[in-house]
Amino acid sequence: MNNLRQIAIEGLWKNNPGLVQLLGLCPLLAVTTSTINGLGLGIATTAVLTGSNLIVSLIRGVVRPEIRIPAYVMVIAALVTAVELAMNAWFHELYRVLGIFIPLIVTNCMIIGRAEAFASRNRPLLAVADGVMMGAGFTAVLVILGSVRELVGQGTLLSGAQMMFGGSADLTIRFSEGGFLLALLPPGAFICLGLMVALKNVIDRRLSSRAPASAPEGQPAGHPA
Amino acid sequence: MAAEPESLVGRMGSAAGVLAVFAAVGVGLVAFTEDATRDRIEANERAFLLRTLHDVLPPARYDNDVFNDTIQVSDLELLGSEDPVTVYRAFRGNRPAAVILTPVAPNGYSGPIRLLVGIDVDGRITGVRATSHRETPGLGDAIDSGRSDWILGFEGRSLGNPDLGAWAVKRDGGAFDQFTGATVTPRAVVKAVRNALVYFAAHRDALFADGAARGPDRQ
Repeated sequence: MNNLRQIAIEGLWKNNPGLVQLLGLCPLLAVTTSTINGLGLGIATTAVLTGSNLIVSLIRGVVRPEIRIPAYVMVIAALVTAVELAMNAWFHELYRVLGIFIPLIVTNCMIIGRAEAFASRNRPLLAVADGVMMGAGFTAVLVILGSVRELVGQGTLLSGAQMMFGGSADLTIRFSEGGFLLALLPPGAFICLGLMVALKNVIDRRLSSRAPASAPEGQPAGHPA
Repeated sequence: MAAEPESLVGRMGSAAGVLAVFAAVGVGLVAFTEDATRDRIEANERAFLLRTLHDVLPPARYDNDVFNDTIQVSDLELLGSEDPVTVYRAFRGNRPAAVILTPVAPNGYSGPIRLLVGIDVDGRITGVRATSHRETPGLGDAIDSGRSDWILGFEGRSLGNPDLGAWAVKRDGGAFDQFTGATVTPRAVVKAVRNALVYFAAHRDALFADGAARGPDRQ
């Protein structure tokens, strides 16, 4: 149980793939022009990551070290293709928006990174938990980044929600007409992400200086292992 | 891994075997998913196209199977594409009712903008939609009906409304709004819609020709 707790803390905060490991930056920066885009790609990535962690963990006794990378690549590629087809079938609108970034999940180094660093050395249950938590951490960053960029750049939140939840209900919350365009362009993505990383480091520093006795273990905040 | 093979060749063989099994299982998974989703994806594509067709031409205005009553035409200058573009033809009681042209605005801000332009038999626009483009989010993508109402402003327009010379954005002395910070995109769309109208005016009879002659059993 302690293990699971540890995995959750690692994935969501201490070793967050988006803010600390800085993995999968290409989709992270490219699709986060809105909350819903971020959420959609986050869920798809989480699904692939959880599935690949499970399978890699199950086969960890069968695959000899020399061929583990090609084997993982095949597992991941097959899963991504399956997820892409499923999204095309059941979330067609969202699929149209995310387009090329669904197949590109295959190139997200977070997935093979977790397969190599965690799933290939742990029991299936822990591997699944790691996949879910790392995916959730990644999704959270995507959603926050998407929300900030949508709000600043476009003055709205949750535009296009009907693509994901179906129906014709438009959940868009509009705060202003238009916005500060930079946030929607690629430089805005880097700037927002940089600010988020900085904010996390500030919070970590505050926490460790406030309670030095209770949190002795671990590395300095914000530095990847 | 039961008996660990000693020789290098043996190890290579067993590694290749394991990989082959993975490849086979992976292919199987993909094939299974493809098979399970194929019909649904096809239906989605079809529904999406139909919905967009309905956006530019209300279904009440025709009674034939627009989706399948198509011809291919080609006009680089007016329709913006070297490849033939599809024309959906709408009839009502076997009389020509409208067409939906699929021209391309070749000079968008980031590449071509694909459009659907519905034009009724009298040359009035029934609707325009952008079906694919890569315009800047937040600026040029206001041509999407989901982002702004701009593209709805073409409804009811024709070659005489406004006059041909006023088929341009306001910055160029025309009648159509540009977007704040984005003139290139609306300029490209306005020009493409105007050219579609010109094309329709020149080829109207040919566009409807053989369909009207095919008689009541036309599907």
